[in-house]
Amino acid sequence: MSLGPARLRVWWLASGGLAVLAASLAGLVLGPADLGLGEVLAEMANRLPLVEVDSGLGERQQAIIWEIRLPRVVLGLLVGAMLATAGGAYQGVFRNPLADPYLLGVAAGAGFGVTLAIVSGAGDGVGILDPVPLSAFAGALAAVTLTYLVGATGSRLDPVTSLVLSGVAVASFFTALQTFIQQRESETIRQVYFFVLGQLRTAGWNDVALLAPYTGVCLTVILLVRHRLDALGVGDEEAGSLGLDVKRMRLTTVVAASLGTAAAVSVSGLIGFVGIIVPHTVRLLFGTSYRVILPLTVLFGGAFLVLADIVARLVVQPAELPIGVVTAFLGAPFFVLVLRMARRTR
Amino acid sequence: MTTALPITLATPAEPVAIISLSSTATEILYAIGAGDQVVAVDNMSNYPAEAPVTELSGFTPNLEAIAGYEPDLVVISYDPGDLVEGLQALEIPTVMQRAASSIDDTYSQIAELGTLTGHAVEAEALNASIKEELAALADDSVGTGMTYFHEIDNTLYSATSSTFVGQLYALLGLENIADPADKAGFGWPQLSAEFILEEDPDIIFLSDAAWGESAETVAARQGWGALTAVVEGHVVPVDQDTSARWGPRVVSFVKSVRTAIEGF
Repeated sequence: MSLGPARLRVWWLASGGLAVLAASLAGLVLGPADLGLGEVLAEMANRLPLVEVDSGLGERQQAIIWEIRLPRVVLGLLVGAMLATAGGAYQGVFRNPLADPYLLGVAAGAGFGVTLAIVSGAGDGVGILDPVPLSAFAGALAAVTLTYLVGATGSRLDPVTSLVLSGVAVASFFTALQTFIQQRESETIRQVYFFVLGQLRTAGWNDVALLAPYTGVCLTVILLVRHRLDALGVGDEEAGSLGLDVKRMRLTTVVAASLGTAAAVSVSGLIGFVGIIVPHTVRLLFGTSYRVILPLTVLFGGAFLVLADIVARLVVQPAELPIGVVTAFLGAPFFVLVLRMARRTR
Repeated sequence: MTTALPITLATPAEPVAIISLSSTATEILYAIGAGDQVVAVDNMSNYPAEAPVTELSGFTPNLEAIAGYEPDLVVISYDPGDLVEGLQALEIPTVMQRAASSIDDTYSQIAELGTLTGHAVEAEALNASIKEELAALADDSVGTGMTYFHEIDNTLYSATSSTFVGQLYALLGLENIADPADKAGFGWPQLSAEFILEEDPDIIFLSDAAWGESAETVAARQGWGALTAVVEGHVVPVDQDTSARWGPRVVSFVKSVRTAIEGF
């Protein structure tokens, strides 16, 4: 084991890329409709310029590939990458292995925004879910802003603890509001629940277009600061003495991670555990430096979510399990594993 | 479907202060001529127009509010918890008429309400007329050979042919695509867009038209433009109420479906 600074080895990135490719292919081939690997590849090859291949698929089957499965795979890659990396970043910023992207109230804020949108009848109309992503986004951002305002006001607690506690308070508040409204408008419960459990089933190219810019920017920012996350890991004062502007660093990372999470949540609902399972698995396999982990969580996070989505699609087909259920099933035992490993390293 | 008549309480021969907390029961009561004996109906009973709608809820009933009307008969279709117990404790005669699982339940519920309200003759006549009209509508299985998808909401919940509405569609010879999706036999499976594309139903019935869904919104859904039903214009909005209730208006529901098919 070399003692030099952690290095991101090329073949690690390659294995990540391979995982993405394999998951994507599986996502295109598997599903209630029976489409073979050869036909799918031929269909994709057909779309390349200057290439003409007859895949033998009918119009509806082509629609299944291009308009249902492919946007779903792409969205899964984007959301998975974003949630996993945001989770890793949060774990670095808060120095807590159990931090996840919803820590500062993003989930509760988004849920509340969605409830308001659906209850006010904005769920009707041609663009079926259009006001919903916007209100989820707005709600998520409002919650994080509130958390920051409440938690970062010079209290005597150390800033990290203060933020976390304020996040808990804000999340409880928004959850209570959401429950109150839902009780009074109980016919909308199923629609809200549908969002809260997380789904990629209604993924469309619109959602991809909505999410891609946010994911691109936020992931880039987080990847750019990953070296400093390592410094932050030794403690606020120590990092400050190394020349790091701790407050600004924390703010930048939290903003990037929260913005990206809010955007992801607004199109795919609240998918849990991705932000914990993926960073920790990557840590186990490749090392604990954020310089190494974060680029890998981008790739493996995407692959993980696409695979979870395949499970969600196949287990009770043609109905689908909400993807949040699949990740929770995987996540609960995973938490136990993390706790046990943490105990052993003491 | 069970009736829960408290054994210790007998209903008056002709109750004059009936409360209905079931929109179907409301329709039945008015159809058999017992309308002027009804003093209050729940907030979902929107038919007929002359029914005295109140804020009483059939899903979150308030015992005191119900008792405040001093009813001598309460008809419900759902007991969320201890409603029947509470009404019994207040010595209010109660009848529970659960959602019908077949058309025979409809006939027996109509007959029961007829007996209880002193309109047995009208009830029998209503049953005979419904039977006759349904038989006439089902006469030539106009929908034979056609498959359909009955959409309950835009999260793609559907009803199989074993449900009440599914049996009504079956009268016209229509085949339901949701059947193979319901292995547990629950009756209301949730389908996926991919499944519907694969099954390619000839007709799509939208019972969520009142919630903003239409042929246009369906065609705009990702990938749905390739469906036969969308291409041929066989996306049919159906009335949310008549497709979900099991009262006398089942006839108008079946009629509306038949008219739509004949218009293709």
